[in-house]
Amino acid sequence: MSNFKLTRRGMMQTGGAAGLVLATPTLLTAGSHSGYTNAPTGSTVKIGFNVPQTGPYSEEGLDELRAQELAVEHLNGIGDGGMLNTFSSKALDGTGILGKKVEFVTGDTQTKSDAARASAKSMIEKDQVVMINGGSSSGVAIAVQGLCQEAGIIFMAGLTHSNDTTGKDRKANGFRHFFNGYMSGAALAPILGANLGTDRRAYHLTSDYTWGWTQSESMIASTEAMGWTTAENVLTPVGAGDFSSYIAQVLGSGADTLILNHYGGDMINSLTQSVQFGLRDKVVNGKNFEIVVPLYSELMAAGAGENIKGVYGSMNWNWQLQDAGTAAFVKSFGEKYGRPPSNSAHTCYVQTLLYADAVTRGGSFNPCAVGEALEDFEFDGMGNGPTLYRGADHQCFKDVLVMKGAENPTNAYDTLEIVEVTPRAQVEYPSNHPMFGGDEASVGSCNPGA
Amino acid sequence: MDAIFLQILNGLDKGSAYALIALGLTLIFGTLGVVNFAHGALFMIGAFCAVTLQKLFGLSYQVIDETQTDFLGKPLKVDVPYLESWLGPEFSAALMDWSVPLAILFSIPIMVVVGFVMERGLIKHFYNRPHADQILVTFGLAIVLQEIVKYFYGANPIQTGAPEMFKGALDFGVLIGFEPNKVIYPVWRLVYFLFSAVVIGGVFAFLRFTTFGMVVRAGMADRETVGLLGINIDKRFTIMFGLAAAVTGMAGVMYTPILAPNYHMGMDFLVLSFVVVVVGGMGSLPGAVLAGFLLGILQSFASMNEVKAILPGIDQIVIYLVAIIILLTRPRGLMGKRGVMEE
Repeated sequence: MSNFKLTRRGMMQTGGAAGLVLATPTLLTAGSHSGYTNAPTGSTVKIGFNVPQTGPYSEEGLDELRAQELAVEHLNGIGDGGMLNTFSSKALDGTGILGKKVEFVTGDTQTKSDAARASAKSMIEKDQVVMINGGSSSGVAIAVQGLCQEAGIIFMAGLTHSNDTTGKDRKANGFRHFFNGYMSGAALAPILGANLGTDRRAYHLTSDYTWGWTQSESMIASTEAMGWTTAENVLTPVGAGDFSSYIAQVLGSGADTLILNHYGGDMINSLTQSVQFGLRDKVVNGKNFEIVVPLYSELMAAGAGENIKGVYGSMNWNWQLQDAGTAAFVKSFGEKYGRPPSNSAHTCYVQTLLYADAVTRGGSFNPCAVGEALEDFEFDGMGNGPTLYRGADHQCFKDVLVMKGAENPTNAYDTLEIVEVTPRAQVEYPSNHPMFGGDEASVGSCNPGA
Repeated sequence: MDAIFLQILNGLDKGSAYALIALGLTLIFGTLGVVNFAHGALFMIGAFCAVTLQKLFGLSYQVIDETQTDFLGKPLKVDVPYLESWLGPEFSAALMDWSVPLAILFSIPIMVVVGFVMERGLIKHFYNRPHADQILVTFGLAIVLQEIVKYFYGANPIQTGAPEMFKGALDFGVLIGFEPNKVIYPVWRLVYFLFSAVVIGGVFAFLRFTTFGMVVRAGMADRETVGLLGINIDKRFTIMFGLAAAVTGMAGVMYTPILAPNYHMGMDFLVLSFVVVVVGGMGSLPGAVLAGFLLGILQSFASMNEVKAILPGIDQIVIYLVAIIILLTRPRGLMGKRGVMEE
């Protein structure tokens, strides 16, 4: 029989010791965790680039891949260093990440959520990547973001513009450098008001999926706030091809403005067909009929040809910006590939560097350490002025570009011209904004996986 | 009233594309008994004939313009089309402007050859195989063809415009007594409708009024008996495959100003054209044309805001809904005949 006597002092000492032991994990930084998914053990670390390599957005995916490959070269000290020379954080030194040489594998999202998840899963389980970067389409981004959260690795979304990605579907392991539908509306509305007037009647054609829904909601809110009215918001099937039966109803509605919440091939077709229907030649309500395309990309603008002349839209970034970061990236990319980078290429390049920088500053590949390092991180020199990765929703905040189809393009790369660099303050919003899931939306807890 | 008329016009225009594709598909099925899932790829190849001709007209050499710089600050390389150097700027511009109509002539021999190679090289080996085998092999062929086109032309849609004189819209309503600006319709779509009417009429006339057509129709009705008469019906059916490919290719060429060609446009039309054929009645040429226009008009009406307000999402399912109803009430389709696709 043991001679055990419980005393008040003993109990306090024991309790204090137990409390200290239990509290220890929370006192340590996440970077000291050793158990996490795909912790790199050798002299290399592998990251995954999950982009559309087949399907309708494969040109965009190819440009993302080019940029990501360039980023890996710069991280490994190959080439001129690109934006590493202009990035305000100086943690990266061209010796890889934490001394490990960076390698990469690629996956094909096919711009389909199930295919994107399958390729991401393969890269995580078979190739043992520590991070997945890239993609085009919000549906895909939300699907892959959910998978990475479950698997315990970091996801840096590519071209995803739906409010939901960092709204109701935000995740602790996911970050987005790209802007969103709300920001497009907030940047575009004042320019539209100043150039087209504040008493217009808008007709929306909207892609029937998450991006289209949040894009039209944002545009309706921002344009109505400045005095426009909304005639109709008509949902159209993704990939409809022929939008004539929807466009035919626009003039009869009394609208004097058509807002095409379409992207990619849908945007090219709906814009081209709207011009064929003579909408831009009409005068309605005493005003010239106008078309607006809230989200532009250079590759799609080139596809729309001359139909895009004078049409307003917005972009995350454009190679024609004059800052030092943009100049450095355009030079690196242009000399390697013989063409200026697209804004999706820029996003994927920057995200690769930002991930590497966060690992270096956090001192670990542990996704929780990386998340800590990225949350509320402010930096400059990456092409959009002073930039913030907000901790509450993992959305990036920076200047947004309002664009217009160029009147006299000289080649396939200058079909768009910059109308205004909208300051970051104008496109900011609270993280509990109703369009982003309200008070209930939360990134939750980071998941280190294993 | 004007809105309804506009949707009828639009439906006829959509229907003309469906009818042209379904006509070619039915010609192949009716003659060779093959369920050709590569038929959409023929439409796509036709469209890319227009793209190719446009690119051929635009073939250029580069000259350095020291007075301008490119995005890297280096002297600008300016493209100068060979045609412009050889034929002068006005004539080369006119050729470029009319590249789509000219591509009709360009596409016919190409499509006939493509059809001939497809039939002789692959499909003939599957005549006596189950329909499931035919579907698999032709579907596989369609994927191969679209990937080849993607390899050479990329994945992005390529703008291929109508001639300048057919661009813009016509106030069609004024011509028939409506108020101005009520029924406005793109000129090229009206051209497409007339073009399809001519092609459809031509195919029917060819089958109805020529000896060749009479033999083909006889072969479609009773292949064995025609063969017993000493007529090489297989050879004629191969020619019909080429004709069907040409019809579908021309439909693709003329559609390029409406829908910027991309490598997967054939797949987008494939399912739709099969629905048209099934609704019209397997093997029935008039049925295919009728169903094409019927479904085009129904799809247009289903896209009207007033209809969608009552039945949300109806525009995305109306074609398949109608197909189900017709197959339930008329299992052989609108004009299908007993014994076709039946054991």
